[in-house]
Amino acid sequence: MKNKPIYLDYQATTPCDPRVFAIMAPYFTEVFGNAASRSHAYGWEAEDAVSKARAQVANALGATEKEIIFTSGSTEAINLALKGVVDMYGKKDAACPGHIVTSLAEHKAVLDTCKHLETQGVEVTYLKPDRTGRHSAAQVAEALRDDTLLVAIMWVNNEVGSINPIEDIGKLCKERGVLFFSDATQAVGKIPIDVEAAGVDLLCLSGHKVYGPKGVGALYVRRRKPRVRLVAQMDGGGHERGMRSGTLNVPAIVGLGAACELAVQELDKDRAHSRALRDRFEKIIFENLDHVHINGDPEHRVDLCSNLSFSYVEGESLIMGISGLAVSSGSACTSASLEPSHVLMSMGVGDELAHSSIRFGFGRFATDSDVDEAAKETIAAVKKLRELSPLYEMVQEGIDLSTVTWTAH
Amino acid sequence: MAYSDKVLDHYNHPRNVGSMDKNSKEVGTGVVGAPECGDVMKLQIQVEGDTIVDAKFKTFGCGSAIASSSLATEWVKGRTLDEALKISNTDIVAELSLPPVKIHCSVLAEDAIKAAIEDFKRKRDSKE
Repeated sequence: MKNKPIYLDYQATTPCDPRVFAIMAPYFTEVFGNAASRSHAYGWEAEDAVSKARAQVANALGATEKEIIFTSGSTEAINLALKGVVDMYGKKDAACPGHIVTSLAEHKAVLDTCKHLETQGVEVTYLKPDRTGRHSAAQVAEALRDDTLLVAIMWVNNEVGSINPIEDIGKLCKERGVLFFSDATQAVGKIPIDVEAAGVDLLCLSGHKVYGPKGVGALYVRRRKPRVRLVAQMDGGGHERGMRSGTLNVPAIVGLGAACELAVQELDKDRAHSRALRDRFEKIIFENLDHVHINGDPEHRVDLCSNLSFSYVEGESLIMGISGLAVSSGSACTSASLEPSHVLMSMGVGDELAHSSIRFGFGRFATDSDVDEAAKETIAAVKKLRELSPLYEMVQEGIDLSTVTWTAH
Repeated sequence: MAYSDKVLDHYNHPRNVGSMDKNSKEVGTGVVGAPECGDVMKLQIQVEGDTIVDAKFKTFGCGSAIASSSLATEWVKGRTLDEALKISNTDIVAELSLPPVKIHCSVLAEDAIKAAIEDFKRKRDSKE
């Protein structure tokens, strides 16, 4: 690809850190053993590498090694956690095996798994987040029932970066004896994670969101107070304490471990870097454009995320106008569904602003000059498109758009 | 999503952007779509006798919506009202190589032409 755009889509994925890749490299060729081979040195070497990675991942979460199950990524970990809990703890042979509380702002991996469970009779309460994309423990408390098996609330939202009060929700779940799963895919490496302090029973993370490789992730499964048990969702050799069969992807697991160790070591540095870039970006944007809104909670927001709505400009046309930037839009038109972002819609930001949103992410390898170029392109494109926008023209003429009768189609 | 060269050309160099005096008897204005659907098109025509002599547009919408309305202004200019009414969304789809998911953009452009002509005729036929 010539003239590659500036990469500011760090919530979608991150490049593998070269330091991580260097650690992984020998495990593709020289150290190729099957970690389950107990009878020779090749296997032992691979097993040692996996053990080290397990300790690195556990350390990043405040967990113990035996509580880490390696998976192919967060989606698999989510499926295993939710389905595994229902299969283990749900009422057998009952019309409704149990109840789950989750959020409308969750990732599709959680929402679609819940939808699948609904076909098996599980009842699911989908909580509506507040205007900033967050949930309170009180809101979760109201939804709990006697037969609630699990609460599934994400730690950090992938689209708007809002941070949920996980400690409060964890405390509530402990008090009520309900298991608590949190999708921490967007939280690890962005904020400190401690499963003990947070009272989380199950948690997932993904390698490629933390400067590690793709195709690998982990599920944390609490072993004490309470000891959480899951029914495996894949039959096979009984790897990973019987919870996830399949030969371990040793190079990827080594990479995940190394990436988690780096994420812990560089957490403060990464955060300060992201914060400085985002502040710089938003300052330039707000100094040069009116009618721009921050989606998410300006206070409880991960440092790298800036989700902005540029009123009176449609998101996909804006993406076309900033072709020098790799970012994503909450607009309908970037997806096949023609529905705008379900996260923004659940927050009640309104269709217009949902259609006008762009998510920027300022991660480890972004620079000041990237930010300046991104701001410059964005400002130019928004100004150009507003010249084209009948809505902006109406607003300039003093027309209140909410009073206009539109011909919906 | 990959855009056709013609969509990109209209997006990068939109033709006939602007506004006309919507109160003028010679001007017909069509506003179609809705902000919550992600596209609103305003298309205006200036008519002398029975012929469209000028056209302007402003569009809030995706690149295909902008291109469809930009193309519509090009096509209506110089046509009579009856000829302009014959412009169909399928012509726009073909000219811009729009994928199926973007066909609604072309429908909107056709609707905008029809709405502008209707508005002009309504004004012309109304007694002062």
